[in-house]
Amino acid sequence: MIDSKKLDPNFKHEVAKEIGGENIKHCFSCGTCTVGCPVRVLDETYNPRKIIRMVLLGMRERVLKSDFIWLCSQCYTCYDRCPQGVRLTDIMTALKNIAVREGYIHPAFKEQARLLGEHGRLYEVEDFDNKKRDKFGLPPVKKDFNDVIKIIDKSKLKKVIK
Amino acid sequence: MKYALFLGCTIPVRSQNYEISARNVAKKLGMNLVDIDDFSCCGFPVKSTSTETALAIAARNLAIAEEKKLEICTLCNACTGVLTEANKHLSDNKELREKINEELKKYDKEFKKGAKIRHYDRILYEDIGIEKIKQSMTRDLKQLRVSVHYGCHYLRPKDIYDGFDDPENPKTLDELITATGASLIDYKDKLDCCGGAILAVQEETALKMAKIKLDNVTANKVDALVTQCPFCSIMYEDNRNKIEEAFDANYGGMPVLYYTQLLGLGLGLDKKELGFRLNKIKPNDLLEKMGVE
Repeated sequence: MIDSKKLDPNFKHEVAKEIGGENIKHCFSCGTCTVGCPVRVLDETYNPRKIIRMVLLGMRERVLKSDFIWLCSQCYTCYDRCPQGVRLTDIMTALKNIAVREGYIHPAFKEQARLLGEHGRLYEVEDFDNKKRDKFGLPPVKKDFNDVIKIIDKSKLKKVIK
Repeated sequence: MKYALFLGCTIPVRSQNYEISARNVAKKLGMNLVDIDDFSCCGFPVKSTSTETALAIAARNLAIAEEKKLEICTLCNACTGVLTEANKHLSDNKELREKINEELKKYDKEFKKGAKIRHYDRILYEDIGIEKIKQSMTRDLKQLRVSVHYGCHYLRPKDIYDGFDDPENPKTLDELITATGASLIDYKDKLDCCGGAILAVQEETALKMAKIKLDNVTANKVDALVTQCPFCSIMYEDNRNKIEEAFDANYGGMPVLYYTQLLGLGLGLDKKELGFRLNKIKPNDLLEKMGVE
């Protein structure tokens, strides 16, 4: 049951202001996204058409608190096939961005952000890695990227990964 | 033909076989790959949590390439997608560009006109060309039967790739494979995603996505699955044991090769030059069949 008193009619406008969220209001619920989704076929909790509908109805808290927005595999099949150019993959990204700012972050993404904040790369590079690379005739790679570490430190992610 | 090699995070520490083979194939075909020490992560890992931060990280890399007047050559599909998308957004959207440049100014970098980005295999297709590849073959691969997995971000989203290939019916990697002389075996649901992006979110679903692919590929008893992205390879190769255990399956040790490894075989390169020692699933039967030392 949807309790209309709990709906936030501004939510769709909020999403439309995000990078990639601009076209949310173009959706006419045809379901092309859901039909072609490789995740949906295995896990019914992930239903792109339903998620867009929930946003348009203003179910802000339920969407942002949910686990399902993190399930998009970012294959862009729905994005390419959508007859309305809603750019669904980018909308899922926009929803996750808002969720993070509201304090809801999936632990897997928190860890990735933390690693980038510490090293500027996704894997910590140790001396061992560069020795191994040398053995294979490959040039050494930089361990840490200070610029990227600073970019993360000055971003909204700083608060999240602490 | 000079390109700035963009390695990203995964390849230099987890998929050196890809890097070794890509470098040696490039040498053989006259592609000059320049190492840029300052290229960092592409930004993909934080796109879900902060698009703006991911854009700044991508833009920093693009600004470095622009400054050096070099085109970026990527090996990973995710790096290709994120950098291409950032380049398009920042070129098209002045307001966004100014905002990101404000941040980049602190690091003495500026995104002006951006850079050109192409995946290594797209460069092979467009700059080296199928004919030259065919003419460069010195080892007969006719006996090999392989299937191909493109990986999503090589061609999707379509609107960032200037009409290159068709994501609903892709041909370029097919043609690159048949140019080596190997037989390309089609299979069910060839375009389906590997699931890599949700492996850490919901492992069971991700592994199931990879399992379905492995079921469909091995149904035709092929010698190998050919990929061009480290994340896809991690799903089909590094996670093979996990998938076989979880779903009580057995894929008979079918190896996963990077396209550069397959092409390198045709070019007459040896095992070491193609990094086969680092393949998690050893392609020994395949190499023996080809008489590769």
